[in-house]
Amino acid sequence: MKSISRILRAMRPYRGLVIWNWVFMACLVAADLAIPRMLQRVIDGGIRASNGAVILESSLIMVGLILVSAAATVGITYCAVRVSQYVGADLRRALFARVLSLSARNLDRWQTGQLITRSSSDVQQVTQFVFFTGRMFLRVPLVAIGALVMMVLTDWRLALIMLFILPAAAAIFLWYAGHAQPLFMDVQRKLDGMNAIFQENVSGVRVVKAFVRAAHEVERCERANTDLTGRSIRVGRFLAILMPTLHYLVNLGIVFVVALGGLLAVRAQLSVGQIIAFNSYLLWMLMVLGHLGNMVGFISASAASAERIYEVLDEKPAVTDAPDARPLSAPEGRIALRDVRFAYDGHEAEEVLQDVDLEIAPGQTLALLGSTGAGKSSLINLVPRYYDVTGGVVAVDGHDVRDLTLHSLRGAIGLVPQEAILFTGTIRDNIRFGRPDASDEEVIAAARIAQAHDFIMAFPQGYDTLLGQRGVNLSGGQRQRLAIARALLLDPRILILDDSTSAVDVETEVALQEALAGTGGARSSLLVAQRISSVLGADRIAVLERGRVVAQGTHRELMAQSPVYREIYDSQLGNGASAEAKA
Amino acid sequence: MSEMRGQGAGAGRDQGQGMAARQGQRAAGASGAGQGQQGLNPLARNMPTQGMQSGPGADRPRDRQRTFGRLTAYLRPHRALIAVTAALVVASTGLALLGPYLVGLAIDRYIVRGDLPGLWRISLILLGTYTLAWLAEYGQSYTIVAVTQHVLRALRQDLFGRLQALSLRYFDRHTTGELMSRLTNDIDAVNRVLSQSVVQLVASGLTLAGMVVVVLLLNVWLALGTIAVMPIMLYFTLHMGRGTRRGFREVQANLGRLNALTEETIIGVKVVQAFRREPTLTAEFERTNHAVRDTTIRAQLRMTLLRPMLMVFSNLDIVVIAGLGGWLALRGMVSVGVIATFVLYARRFFQPLLTLADLYNSIQSALAGAERVFDLLDERPQVTDRPGAVALDSIRGHVIFDRVDFAYVPGVPVLKDVSLEALPGQVVALVGPTGAGKTTVVNLLSRFYDVDGGAIRIDGHDIRDVTQDSLRRQLGIVLQETFLFADTVMENIRYGRLDATDEECIAAARLANADQFIQRLPEGYQTHLAERASTLSQGQRQLLAIARAILADPRILILDEATSSVDTRTEVHIQAALLNLMRGRTSFVIAHRLSTIRQADQLLVISDGRIVERGTHQSLLAEGGFYSRLYKSQFARAEVLTQVAAPAMAHRGSASARAFSPSKQDV
Repeated sequence: MKSISRILRAMRPYRGLVIWNWVFMACLVAADLAIPRMLQRVIDGGIRASNGAVILESSLIMVGLILVSAAATVGITYCAVRVSQYVGADLRRALFARVLSLSARNLDRWQTGQLITRSSSDVQQVTQFVFFTGRMFLRVPLVAIGALVMMVLTDWRLALIMLFILPAAAAIFLWYAGHAQPLFMDVQRKLDGMNAIFQENVSGVRVVKAFVRAAHEVERCERANTDLTGRSIRVGRFLAILMPTLHYLVNLGIVFVVALGGLLAVRAQLSVGQIIAFNSYLLWMLMVLGHLGNMVGFISASAASAERIYEVLDEKPAVTDAPDARPLSAPEGRIALRDVRFAYDGHEAEEVLQDVDLEIAPGQTLALLGSTGAGKSSLINLVPRYYDVTGGVVAVDGHDVRDLTLHSLRGAIGLVPQEAILFTGTIRDNIRFGRPDASDEEVIAAARIAQAHDFIMAFPQGYDTLLGQRGVNLSGGQRQRLAIARALLLDPRILILDDSTSAVDVETEVALQEALAGTGGARSSLLVAQRISSVLGADRIAVLERGRVVAQGTHRELMAQSPVYREIYDSQLGNGASAEAKA
Repeated sequence: MSEMRGQGAGAGRDQGQGMAARQGQRAAGASGAGQGQQGLNPLARNMPTQGMQSGPGADRPRDRQRTFGRLTAYLRPHRALIAVTAALVVASTGLALLGPYLVGLAIDRYIVRGDLPGLWRISLILLGTYTLAWLAEYGQSYTIVAVTQHVLRALRQDLFGRLQALSLRYFDRHTTGELMSRLTNDIDAVNRVLSQSVVQLVASGLTLAGMVVVVLLLNVWLALGTIAVMPIMLYFTLHMGRGTRRGFREVQANLGRLNALTEETIIGVKVVQAFRREPTLTAEFERTNHAVRDTTIRAQLRMTLLRPMLMVFSNLDIVVIAGLGGWLALRGMVSVGVIATFVLYARRFFQPLLTLADLYNSIQSALAGAERVFDLLDERPQVTDRPGAVALDSIRGHVIFDRVDFAYVPGVPVLKDVSLEALPGQVVALVGPTGAGKTTVVNLLSRFYDVDGGAIRIDGHDIRDVTQDSLRRQLGIVLQETFLFADTVMENIRYGRLDATDEECIAAARLANADQFIQRLPEGYQTHLAERASTLSQGQRQLLAIARAILADPRILILDEATSSVDTRTEVHIQAALLNLMRGRTSFVIAHRLSTIRQADQLLVISDGRIVERGTHQSLLAEGGFYSRLYKSQFARAEVLTQVAAPAMAHRGSASARAFSPSKQDV
């Protein structure tokens, strides 16, 4: 419920509209409640007293009241729609901006799907809630109180029935509110489980087919499905009794009014008009209870959505600019890691990097080699501050990266991530991603170095070829080369390649490296690779083992000194392979 | 109450957390006008078919009818329960109509005439009526829940089964998101048709008809006056509805753009941050976000004004009842009790009308969803077992590709006239540049796709003549992109053979060299991968996939870049395991790291969909063609580097210039 009040606070910028909304609401309720009163006047003062003038006058007043309520309705709807959509848009923007500001450490906690759900369906649910509030929030209590007052005014004895209806309704609501939430959550969990099975089977269809596991999967689905169905039926049945019971309560009121009212009328203590008017007020009460009945589920669903949204919004970026951060100006590209330690959140005990000391002079290339899980990618992530070290220092040009502004630091770095992520748009747009103002010549030059120009030109539309989501219409190697071109276009002082040629064939890779070396100049490079052929040209090679640098030096030095390096070398190029190659 | 329900429906539409809202709204639907539900089948005829939501194809209405017909097929097993529900709907509708009539009667016959015993009698009857109405109303909600949920269950199961049966071609054409939307949004739409729309349609129709009859019987003049408001309302409803649909299409388009942008940004957030694109993207997002907001405001204003305005009309009716009724009463043409009955009806009278107005749209969209579900159910798998296909058992592993042609997209051939033969136990390596067609060979052998021309035979059987299951059971496939399930490490390995014991799984993991890193995971083999998948490296995932294949113990082994993300030292260790595994099995190996495949019995070089070279490592090297160039480019640099004088290494510029073009010098 705390999240609900935060949502209400999010409406604050639209205070004006909200106040207008209340004004309209008050008009509407007043007009609505006055109508039964007029009806009573028609019956008692007009029909029973045979007075045509009263009937005409009352009818005209009623028409006036209806016009007021129509105008108020339009006003309310307008305010509610506007406020809710503005709040919804604000939340979406806030979420989007928050996600962009989060660092990898934060994002590790979230699955892509979760974040997407939050910014789509959760926001929509909250928007609906705000809209709801706008139209109903004030109305429900106003109508309830108004109707109650009118009932007492009409006849206090008849109004006594409310002493039964209201507590009974309250008891039912309380009981529901207590029981509904866990049931809903339960169904939601089952539904999520069911969806997960579908998702897995769609994404993993090849594996399922390859291992002939359709029957097994169908059975798994059947179990989840049956489970979900059972729970849904339980919730459905649980809810089935709510509305009929609320109706029944009000109908009991009508019976009471007819019986007691009738008795009083027979004794001439009450008019027929009052009985009819009273029944009208009871119907208003029914409306109120109906709204409340719907709200039981709706509010708890909205509260859950709001909570999920604020969970993201409240996430503090783990990596931010220090208060006194300075920009990195005219970077040279000297990188130093001193006694660096690093561990992922929740796994503080297993350090991924331990006491790492490395140095890259401006213009130099350092290659990282090591087995799967040795910590290469983790190390690379520390330089652009995707993560912050848990111990030691990463420095660029002698400045601790934590003392630099993120903007200037990342501006000096061209990064080619392990997974070549591309965006919807043309190939040109994708290469220009980091520098939208780059000229076509610059784009082509970068593509040439990245060995991408030829395959791009092979497409009928060349650089204007549209890429599907995430570049689905390209092969892995092609995507990687575009990602390289994208980084090169920045002409960065520091280039980071995270195993970014793994899907590129060897011939192309050689050409790529030649081109890179030819244009390198003052660029410092940090590269991770699996293939030893990819690292041979580096100035220095560091071998990582279980988070430690176990050897570093040139290829020669390492061949002479490092058994681990020699083992890697032999695994790829040794065992007589080199002799054959010479043949 | 009516307004609330409209909102409930709105909330339900954007599923997601739907359940609560949906159930709330369902419950509200059940209450409706204070009565009736259910009815289902007979109603098909009542369905409005005019002015369908415009969509592609002129035969839409008939499609909708057909869709409805399909749905009823799912309802058939629940006939008995549906009949009960229908009876309860009729009962509760009737009882709800009876209530106000009795109130009027009580006023005219007993209260006005001062007949107290009669008043007690009729009060008791009224009490009984409402009690029965309560039970009937509850009963119908209670029964319809079971019917709806069982139908949904059957639909979900059929959908899933169909997905399992479909061939990869289908998955190539449809994104995961699209297919998931069938399961979530569209099934949800069916849920709405069944649980509310249809039920409400019947209930509202019955109520409306019943009320018109009763009202006319009570007093013709007053009834006509009351009903006269209806045409105005109908015009209003239809007019607004039309504009609303247009508006919402616009909203939907904008929303689609916004969601696509969000998804892409979230997936690529690291790149966005690296390239400092946050401001531009935020600006772009803001533009689309505003477009969504503003189009929604326009569309929603129209839609949401409808209901409250109709409520206003219902008040107008009370004026008619008061004014006209008063005038008639003065002339003795109507009694006060009848006026009371009319007033009670007035609200209920508009309730079903409002519901019907709403239903038109919601049924349209729900049926569109149902239609998409059935479209998927009707999808025919491209690869099917031919009638009379035999099971392939205990094969030796003799594989022949006989002049195979294949294209994923007609007109863009991927394999052209490919022939190859693998003798039992042989290791065949496929080499070639990215996109040359290596993986396609694997896809065809596994019969993920059928060949367009030529044939693939295993032990003399054309693989199209054997059942897919029996074929794939002979194959062990380790794919380029490893897929792990959200389950424990142990279960992920066991996926290779479901009846394997824990010990066998662990043994397989040992052979695949995965045991070591698994032991280091916090809960070892019981580590749940859903939570930790991102901390498993790509290489570790591949090791698990290999363990899985080892456990499957297949006759034919297919390794498609199975170790591409495993570092080479680990690979050397796995290599031993793989060699072990390959012994006595026919194996197909695809790798771009050539060290992996030197020992193959046959090396096939595929380029541009054709086999351009074939032979052994030695013979191909001697031939000096594509393979030897490829091979040398990978190894030669090492040679040069080891020869380059150490001092040159210090001055990187010149050294690397030489180092980078060695292949030519060296050969």
